Amino acid sequence: MSAILILEQVLNGIQFGVMLFLMAAGLTLIFGVMGLINLAHGSLYMVGAFAAAAVAGATGSFLLALIAALAAAALAGAVIEMVVIRRLYASAHLDQVLATFALILVFSEGTRWVFGSFPLFLDIPDVLAGPVTLPGGIEYPLYRLTLIAIGLAIAAGLWWLIERTRIGIQIRAGENDREMIAALGVDISRLYTLIFALGAALAGLAGALVGAIQSVQVGMGEPVLILAFVVIVIGGIGSIKGAFIGAILVGLTDTLGGVFLPPLFKLFMEPSAATQTGSALSSMLIYLLMSLVLIWRPTGLFGARA
Amino acid sequence: MKKLILATTALALGASLASAEVKVGMITTLSGGGAGLGIDVRDGFMLAIGQSGRDDIEVVIEDDQRKPDIAVQLADKMIQSERVDVLTGIIWSNLAMAVVPSATAQGKFYLSPNAGPSALAGKGCHQNYFNVAWQNDNLHEAAGAYANSAGYKNSFILAPNYPAGQDALTGYKRQFGGAFAGEVFTKLGQTDYAAEIAQIRASGADSVFFFLPGGMGISFLKQYADSGVDIPVVGPAFSFDQGILQAVGDAALGVVNTSQWNKDIENPTNAAFVESFQAEYGRLPSLYASQGFDTANLLISAIEKADVSDADAFRAALKAAEFDSTRGDFSFGSNHHPVQTIYAREVVQEAGVFTNKIIGVALENHSDVYAADCKM
Repeated sequence: MSAILILEQVLNGIQFGVMLFLMAAGLTLIFGVMGLINLAHGSLYMVGAFAAAAVAGATGSFLLALIAALAAAALAGAVIEMVVIRRLYASAHLDQVLATFALILVFSEGTRWVFGSFPLFLDIPDVLAGPVTLPGGIEYPLYRLTLIAIGLAIAAGLWWLIERTRIGIQIRAGENDREMIAALGVDISRLYTLIFALGAALAGLAGALVGAIQSVQVGMGEPVLILAFVVIVIGGIGSIKGAFIGAILVGLTDTLGGVFLPPLFKLFMEPSAATQTGSALSSMLIYLLMSLVLIWRPTGLFGARA
Repeated sequence: MKKLILATTALALGASLASAEVKVGMITTLSGGGAGLGIDVRDGFMLAIGQSGRDDIEVVIEDDQRKPDIAVQLADKMIQSERVDVLTGIIWSNLAMAVVPSATAQGKFYLSPNAGPSALAGKGCHQNYFNVAWQNDNLHEAAGAYANSAGYKNSFILAPNYPAGQDALTGYKRQFGGAFAGEVFTKLGQTDYAAEIAQIRASGADSVFFFLPGGMGISFLKQYADSGVDIPVVGPAFSFDQGILQAVGDAALGVVNTSQWNKDIENPTNAAFVESFQAEYGRLPSLYASQGFDTANLLISAIEKADVSDADAFRAALKAAEFDSTRGDFSFGSNHHPVQTIYAREVVQEAGVFTNKIIGVALENHSDVYAADCKM
């Protein structure tokens, strides 16, 4: 296996990780600040992708599609926060899981009702289509490089928002003691709606960006949601930094594991059995990583509390 | 009470009239990600029932949500409280394996409009189980045969790591005579194929065979087209059916895939089917719709000849398969699976709509390797 191929796979891992971060960031903010397990986060990812596909289909503009995805997901997020989620902050986690699972069903069937049962078309914009040649002779799709750049920019923007702005101070304060900041005169319910909409918008953006190279279909959010939960458990619940490190770790582990494990098993096994065993083990790899991290640090890499 | 009187009258008139009402239970996937397939099967099936003009066939339709446990519950309900005579509709092999053996063991007929797991074609075959679509390996075997005829010598093959995916690679290997540049099992439901595409690029293969049904195939084809790798791709029809081609777009143009049906197979039944399906539902039919349509017509042909309460006569009528198939000639092999011609199709664009065109025959009058193990 050549160095170029390995480097290409590392880029693939980073790109996957960066997209996971967009999902995980919203999830970890919502869990960290409001203590809410939001299973419907994957549905917001789907809402973003469908809004983007619909707008791109009508206008032909990818930029407008991205804006529509952000707006639709943020709006959907704000509405479900105000209508459903708000009643659940004081409830047990099991009630939250039940209610947000119900939201998954509502969103899935609602989307199917509006857009039909067949996958939608969303394509990469022409300016970003095709591969570019990187130094060292790696041919790599320009769109995936753009995804990495967008993801990193958003990570930096979030860091700035949390660490350097007034809203960020309120969010961090809300994580530590929600009664106290309410007592200090911060409108906590408005803050919660805002955080929820922000998390939803990030998920919607991820859905639209990834939708262009994948299939825009009902139920597309749930597999990503599971990975995003793994990411925030590894990174430490509530920590944006943890979500970023966790997402990159999961992205790299998943991609490189799938590539290197089967050939590794071929060294001492019969080829077709090695392919099957290697593939099976590589799909468990991120969960093994999660277990190891939890044994080493029960609160996750950057988690403040259990 | 009325029904009872009717039934008694029918009994008194004798079974030879074959006028008793037939109740059909359709268990298929109508919600969630795989709903497109179930909806096509249902629409094709109901189109044929409607065209037959018969009012003695009652169809009960239920959604299995692609979950084996729900499919089993629905089957129990249909057999025990709805008292259906015939079951049909299941799309996925794992659901079929959960429902079919127990339904046929209870004396019900099962007509499969899609799933054809090898276990039900070989040792686990049953006299009341008829598959109207294909045995799972068939289209993959045809892809291997097409790759031979296209002169490919070195294939990179990939499929998800689950039973149907393993069967797919086995089927392709059974027919393909060349070498293998690589063999990869992806995760079921995987949506990102960057790592696999990088391996394909580095492998030196002259062809790629992939079995990635539904959304997985859409993702793979879009990413493959964008990667700049230009090694030709072949696959079974499942990633190129009418329902998903529009979502793949340009990325699928020119790709060769194998199918037992296409809308341009020339026979009057098929022409009428394509036209009436479009008129009824406003979209082009897929191969799943054609399978639903054929399943219903097979059932109708048997109802015309025999009473469903006379199981032996009804079974013989099904086995004879005297109906006009959208595929042209249609017959069952010894294990009640089709013996049929499988075509190579190419994805083309007609009047702005992506669709398939037949470019040749991949396998002629093809059965399956499991028939030899079937003792019924």
